[in-house]
Amino acid sequence: MFNRDNWIEIFDTIRKNKLRTFLSGFTVALGIFIFIILFGFGNGLSNTFQKFFNDDNVNSMFIFPGSTTEPFKGYESGRRIKFDNADLKAITDNFDNYLESISPRIYDNATVKYKDKSNNYSIRAVSPSHQYNEMTIMMQGRFLHEDDISHKKRHAVIGRLVAQDLFKNEDPIGKYIDGSGHTWKVIGVFQDDGGDGEERLIYIPYTSLQKIKKNTDEIDQIILSYKPEIGYEGAVEFEQKLEKFLKSRKDIDPKDRGGVYIRNVADNLKENQQFASVLQLIITFIGIGTLIAGIIGISNIMVFVVKERTKELGIRKAIGASPRSIIAMILQEAIFITTLSGYFGLIAGIATLSLIGDTLEKDYFITNPYIDISTAIGATIILILFGALAGYIPARRAAKIKPIVALRDE
Amino acid sequence: MINITNLHKSYKIGKNSLHVLKGIDFIVAEGELVAIMGSSGSGKSTLLNIIGMLDVANEGSYTLDGVPIKNLDETKAAKYRSKFLGFIFQSFNLINYKTALENVALPLYYQGKKREERQEKALNYLDNVGLKEWATHLPSELSGGQKQRVAIARALVSEPKVLLADEPTGALDSTTSSEVMALIQEINNQGKTILVVTHEEDIAKMCKRIVRLKDGVIVEDTLVSQIAAI
Repeated sequence: MFNRDNWIEIFDTIRKNKLRTFLSGFTVALGIFIFIILFGFGNGLSNTFQKFFNDDNVNSMFIFPGSTTEPFKGYESGRRIKFDNADLKAITDNFDNYLESISPRIYDNATVKYKDKSNNYSIRAVSPSHQYNEMTIMMQGRFLHEDDISHKKRHAVIGRLVAQDLFKNEDPIGKYIDGSGHTWKVIGVFQDDGGDGEERLIYIPYTSLQKIKKNTDEIDQIILSYKPEIGYEGAVEFEQKLEKFLKSRKDIDPKDRGGVYIRNVADNLKENQQFASVLQLIITFIGIGTLIAGIIGISNIMVFVVKERTKELGIRKAIGASPRSIIAMILQEAIFITTLSGYFGLIAGIATLSLIGDTLEKDYFITNPYIDISTAIGATIILILFGALAGYIPARRAAKIKPIVALRDE
Repeated sequence: MINITNLHKSYKIGKNSLHVLKGIDFIVAEGELVAIMGSSGSGKSTLLNIIGMLDVANEGSYTLDGVPIKNLDETKAAKYRSKFLGFIFQSFNLINYKTALENVALPLYYQGKKREERQEKALNYLDNVGLKEWATHLPSELSGGQKQRVAIARALVSEPKVLLADEPTGALDSTTSSEVMALIQEINNQGKTILVVTHEEDIAKMCKRIVRLKDGVIVEDTLVSQIAAI
């Protein structure tokens, strides 16, 4: 195997049979290349999917008030339920075991002005823990603090696109913007993975907004996150208890499907994960299919190569080559070519994937296509092994043929 | 050198079996130049193939240079071929992508000789057949006669006990045939045992002994006075 003379003989054969070498090498390189590209695209698709659905923190729950659909305790059906600050406190007090953080959310709209520029933006009045629930990422400055809440400060955290619209190249931190006739100090700029819409928002302390709105204590929505250690089952239990608690607190029929809605991100997550695993299955299937096509390709070529060389092998045997040396020669040649070209296909595939990068994200939903290096190398090794096996079987037969048979067909 | 007794060989063709050799007794001494003659189908090539261990007999014994040739598997046959025999074929059977020199050196490669030794020895033998200048040429760049001389050099390079030639001039014109036969005679004169299968009378007469086969048996075995090829 490591005899220098053997290798010289093999290199010689390879050099002098360029077409044959090219064909078998090309098949393997192409097989690996396509495998890596397809697998990478599959992973890219999967990435896009993850990104789409993982905007919110996985252990979050969103609670919305709605209208009742059943009459209860003297109330008519169709009553609009409203949350207020007391509900927030009640949940905090009663579910301390489950709760990690809680934040109200009040929606508003305002025309916001800075110097000569103005624009209409959605406002979300929240508390500091909202940053965690929405996975808001700070680019500059800070998010809201408890201090901003308790002192009802006129502080605003603006989205990346808001900053871009109003401030252009100016540093927005510490500047004052005008919204609905009040002045707000910009304390931070954020970004969000949820898309452009999520970055065209302004966060302000909910207490400040309530104060402006004639000291109301209404809130539109409650967003909370539970302790991750309670697990999926714990979250479901928490959701049920919370629904029961809110329904009795708001005098809603326990059997009423309306009134209060709770969206548990963990539920969505479970569905999403099922979808993602189906996607992964398809990717794996494509990968295996490509690999099998590659194996069939290299096998065909190896059979053809040995067939083509039958006479040459007969000559070699007539002048003293042992069957072993014939098999060894064909195998070493096959393994050498497939390894080298497999390596080229591997490098080319990985290079192409990194070259593609995020350019296909917008139009084709392929984000950051990649392949584990171990998967890629594993696939290459499989192809090399099967290439060798595909060479071995006809080589063994060729080595067994009596030289006279091999030499007969003139 | 070669001692064959009661050799039988038959081929199965479908349900029928074709009895090609029907009891051959044949002895060749060292240094002989024997022509094996016969029309096609007489079994002459089969006999040569069995002697050359390219084929095995069904029955009978065969001793080569005192070594009984039996129970051959391919590995053993390869070893014996490499040690005892040199082949010359009608269609030359050179490896077409190797140069003349590389073709000649190949048997030495299978004998496990060192590269430098292979090159030197192969060049030497090419020189002996008058083709030193053509060492780096591919077979496709050589004439038929030159190809056959390369093949002869290749057969000789491993210093075999016996040279087996199957219709060595079958693909050559008469002038080139004579040149090749002259070379074979010269090699024989240096003491090498050579068997030539041919169906040409004048080629046979350039040998020292003619064995005629017909329908699988030897019908005539005579020593002749050799005619010089050139």
